[in-house]
Parts: sequence; structure tokens; C-alpha cells
Amino acid sequence: MIKTPEISPLGDRGILVDFGNNIDDETLKEVLFFKQNLEKVLVKQKVEVTNTYNSLLISYLYTIEDLYGENLTIKELISTANISKNTDYQIYEIPVCYDQDYGLDLKLISEEKKLSIAEVISLHTAPEYQIYFTGFLPGFLYLGGLDEKLYFSRKETPRRSVEKGSVGIGEKQTGIYPKNSPGGWQILGRSPLDFFDKNATVPSPFSAGDKIKFKPVSKAEFLEIREQIKSKNYQIKTLKTDG
Amino acid sequence: MAKMEVLNPGLFTSIQDLGRFGFQKYGVPQSGVMDRYAMRICNLLLGNSQNCAVMEITMQGPQLKFEAETFICISGADLSATINEISIEMNVVIRIQNGDILKFGRRQSGNRTYLGIKDGFQTESIMYSRSWYDEITEYQRLEKGMFLQYSSEISEIEKTNAALKIRKDYLDDLLIEAYPGPEFQQLPEKLQKELFEKSFALDGSSNRMAIQFREDFENSLNAIITAPVLPGTVQLTPSGKLIVLMRDCQTTGGYPRVLQLSEAGIQTIAQKLPGATINFQKKEYQDLEGRDKTK
Repeated sequence: MIKTPEISPLGDRGILVDFGNNIDDETLKEVLFFKQNLEKVLVKQKVEVTNTYNSLLISYLYTIEDLYGENLTIKELISTANISKNTDYQIYEIPVCYDQDYGLDLKLISEEKKLSIAEVISLHTAPEYQIYFTGFLPGFLYLGGLDEKLYFSRKETPRRSVEKGSVGIGEKQTGIYPKNSPGGWQILGRSPLDFFDKNATVPSPFSAGDKIKFKPVSKAEFLEIREQIKSKNYQIKTLKTDG
Repeated sequence: MAKMEVLNPGLFTSIQDLGRFGFQKYGVPQSGVMDRYAMRICNLLLGNSQNCAVMEITMQGPQLKFEAETFICISGADLSATINEISIEMNVVIRIQNGDILKFGRRQSGNRTYLGIKDGFQTESIMYSRSWYDEITEYQRLEKGMFLQYSSEISEIEKTNAALKIRKDYLDDLLIEAYPGPEFQQLPEKLQKELFEKSFALDGSSNRMAIQFREDFENSLNAIITAPVLPGTVQLTPSGKLIVLMRDCQTTGGYPRVLQLSEAGIQTIAQKLPGATINFQKKEYQDLEGRDKTK
């Protein structure tokens, strides 16, 4: 274990578990391991356990009545559990069209970084990106693993509107806009997939701990996948299933 | 199903319940009523279950026409409610007849009032909640000409809560109860003290997502690694703005979380108008090592 996690209340309806200051796969593994355990133990109450890079939030629907007791339960769980190294995860293949009609800033990145457009695409599609958590907007994935060569500052003036599905880079992160929204990231391409569906039983297939890999597709393929999604004939491809 | 017609939507009116719970992992805001206390009173008096959807009305009330009999109850801010131009009492159950028109007038106290109805508003439920939120529900706010559904079955309401004492003091209270937040200890001692000594005036931009203040606050803290936030989290931005996150807030944030309002604090600040000058009042958590400081 990296360090003993700290447990503290957050208002009348939350308990925070803090795992130090690192953003890495080891910390995430530890965070997700305790998340699963907490979910198993706290099933009888109306709670939701969410995670970020380095912390867990246990949020309660109503005011916590026995804070002392809750704290004790969580503390015991954390001090007795051994982290298992083999956690289950999926690797999802995310089609992205890197056509310049969609990749509005590809040319800029290529010029600034002195890389060909093909090299930029190849650097962006090579890694298996770690999904740390979803936040900011419904369906927005916080991803880790961007190649240092592609680190790029945000736009000084954000665009008024970035199209849904746009794949971009902001500083050390890469990410996908789950809906049309204003945004300052540099845009490399666009994915035809839906990253959040409010009417689905499970609004997003992606969970913290899973990984994604971008796969370049042509504009024709992009449009074809869009059609398949509309007629509900599209299945997201997984590259590997563990366990 | 019975309907009511929206003759006039008021300033900002929406349908809310306790919120969307269990979908934060997808980045979905909780939403729900800003003042849980007033909602609870409405539902309790009407004999409803506690998550029945109510109408949240801000500053200027709507005009509504009922098309079937029902019972209603109004709690929270006093916006001078009338039925067919005759004043009605707050915090009591009122019987409504087909054709009755509910209007609101001059604001007497508070900022948000709640209209509860027998069995709750029957608007669409998405992710187990009827709370209106942009992008999740079809509507974000009441619009003229809209029809809202409610139950047409009316059974008499048993008066079991006749002795219920209803609080109104929080409507005008300017002290906002707040616990030290996760990054509070990182502030220099001087600023820790000042957070509870200085007064802050609510900015006009305040809404269901966040309340901001006119005054700046000295900031020595850097941004943090994106971390969980909840309604009631008070963030301090690099430019020295204090932001109180409210019910429609995002699920994560990157600014230091210097304070965390108690539920009473959230309910109290939700009832403050832009311009109102508040003070944060320090509340300590129960001592988790054994002793209970609060008793």
C-alpha cells in the first residue's frame, strides 16, 4: 500500500477517502479495489461510491445519522483488506476519424510539433489509455497515458462550440467531448460513438479501470458507424477481456 | 391523470425531487430541490412519500390553472400566494377545485418557495428522478402554455401532523453553517480566520448550479488534482473567487475545497437573494476518534 488512506467527512451527506497525491495506475488500482469493497459492504444503505484519480467519495442520499459508526466501518475495511493485483478490466476500441474536416487542429499540432499528420495520428492511436473516472460533463472520461510528444496547451480563446464526439488534447490530457459544448482543447478528430445515453439502462459502457484504444477510420466508415448506431446495430468492440 | 396549465411561468420555475442518485459515476449532477426542508414540509403535510416531486419557484411565482380537484401545500419563501385572488396560508393543506387559479404576488421573505401537490407532480422520470436538468430532462424550466400532470385520485388527507412546528427563521438567517473543507488546513491561519470573519454579498449570477459573491478572497492555494465535489462544496478559484456549489453542480472539480456547507447551510443560502450579505459560521465535525464535541 502506498500510504494509509485518510478518511474524513464531507458535509452531512459524504465521506471522503483520500489516497495521497499521485496520478498513476497503482493508485487507481488501490482506489478501485476499495471502491468495490465499499460497494459490497454498504449495499444496504442508499449510498453511491465514486472515485477520482486519488480519492473516493461515499455519498449518502440522506444526512448520515451515525457518522462515528460509518467511519469505523470504512476504517476497518481499509485496514484489513489486501489489495488484489488482478482486477478485471476491458479494453474498448474507439473508432476516430482523423480527417481534417473533423480534426480542426491536426495541422496546427503537426506544424508546432514538427511531426507529420500521420505521425501525430500514430502517436495518438498507439497507447491503451487508462479510464480514471467520469466527471465534468455526463460521459466525459478522464484518460491517462497521452504520449508526452503530444502535450499541447489549450486554445487561448475557447471555441464557442465543439462538436459532440470531438477528440482533443488539453495540456497533458486527451479526451472526448460527449456532447456539443464550448471548449478550449485542440481537436484531432471525431468519434462516431455515443459516450452518454440518458435513456439507456446503463448510460455509458465505460467504467473507471477500463482502458480504451483509438482506431483510425475513414470518413465513410465514420458515417457508416453513425448509421449503425442510429439503427441500434452497432456493438462497441472490446480488444481483451480479463478474468 | 389530471393537468394544470401554466398561464405564466414566473422567473425561474422547475420540477424537482430529492435528485438523481446513483449516476454520479457517469458524471450526472444530483440536482433536486435547493431547500430540502421546505420540500419535506410540503410532502409531510400532504401525506406524500418524501421523494414526491414538487415545484421549485424562484423570487417571482408562476400563474397556474388547475383542471381537476386536488390538494396542495406551499412552503419556503413567502411569495404572497393567492387562489382566485384570495390569499392563502402557507404550510397548510389547501383544497383545490377544478378551474382554480394559483398566483403569486409580492415577495415577503426568502428566495425560493415550494408547491407540493397530492402524490407529487407526475412529470417524466429519467434515471429514477423527476428533477429537471438541462440535457437530461426534456425541460429545464417552466414555459407558458405547458401542461403539468398530477394525480386525479383524491382521498382525504389525515391530519396527523397538526402539531408540527414549522421553522421559518432560516429564510432570513444570514449565518451559513459550514464545516472546514478538505483543503481548509492548507490555507494560512490568517485566511482560515478571515473565511469566518468576512462578510460576502451574493452575486446576481447565482443559480441552481453555483452561488458566487461580489467580494474577492485572498488565495494562496494552487489548483488541486481533479477531485470529488458535492452540493455545498465551497471552492476557491486562483483569481480569488469563492464559489458555493449548489444542487446542479458537476461531480468533480479542480479548485481547492475550502469549506463544505451543512445541509442546514445549503437550505439557508438557497433562500438568500442576490445582494444579501452572509457570513460563514464554523461548524466542527463530530470527533471521530471517540469523543463527541457537539454534545
